[in-house]
Amino acid sequence: MDWIRKYWWLAGLLLALALALLSPLASPHPDGLERVAEDQGFIDRAQNPPFQVIADYLFPGVENEAVATVLAGLTGTLILFALGSGLALLLRRRGNEPTLDR
Amino acid sequence: MHIPDGFINTGTSVVTWVASAGGLSYAVRRVNQELGERQVPLMGVSAAFIFAAQMLNFTVVGGTSGHLLGGALAAILLGPWAGMLVMTSVLAVQALLFQDGGLLALGPNVFNMAVIGVIVGWLTYEGLRRLLGDRAWGQVAAGFAAGWLSVVVASLVAAIELALSGTSPFGVVLPAMGAVHALIGIGEGLITVAVLLFLRAARPDLLELRQVSSQA
Repeated sequence: MDWIRKYWWLAGLLLALALALLSPLASPHPDGLERVAEDQGFIDRAQNPPFQVIADYLFPGVENEAVATVLAGLTGTLILFALGSGLALLLRRRGNEPTLDR
Repeated sequence: MHIPDGFINTGTSVVTWVASAGGLSYAVRRVNQELGERQVPLMGVSAAFIFAAQMLNFTVVGGTSGHLLGGALAAILLGPWAGMLVMTSVLAVQALLFQDGGLLALGPNVFNMAVIGVIVGWLTYEGLRRLLGDRAWGQVAAGFAAGWLSVVVASLVAAIELALSGTSPFGVVLPAMGAVHALIGIGEGLITVAVLLFLRAARPDLLELRQVSSQA
């Protein structure tokens, strides 16, 4: 269990990636805002995005919808791990504590 | 609750962009003074977890779904300032890469979910923890209330923006958004509590990082 104490962040990242694997099971119903927009008749005001990268959480070029969703989820999860850690590394307090070189 | 482009008019968008930019620049300064070395991976894991969990919509009622927003959770784990940056990262990636939430609407979305959601979650959690003490049930109650209230207040602020934009009248959109998000907020509260209890059992020290670092 020592590795999990030391590398707990890896366990956390794996847990997040595992959640992404579950994404095809997500409820397909409209969310709260979409529901209100449909009921109150302003859903048509929504504009199409000017560009699409991984629109609708479907990885482009993948036929199988569940696989495309999972790939989109894994991609986003890894990007956010990198972005969150990167921001933290960039902004962390320095100077008054020993820093771990990595 | 990710608002697409077309729902919010330019004036309301500009105001929320400016307010969000102000909040974020203050958050960057605070994180710069406070964030400890050990919180670096926690920020990465929190961002990854919140993104992944946001994909998992759960059905609430009448063919409607909701998903975790995570603002309260981020605030509890990281404090409000790092929490704001984590939520903003998630929303920015969703808008730019996944076309979830508009580009002009990133201002209102960051304001609602990363600024308001995080601050409300943070104040609720801290206030109730102070009131209820360091007991497990106190943490459960505070976590649930923080999750629920962060979603409901964020949805009401979104409703106000929709009304100010002339998209839907106040009297219609305010109760409609509040009612459906009062239900979705229950899911938010339950997930927030589940994560807190998991961490309390598995790695209680991670829950203390924030206090330790702000005392340092």
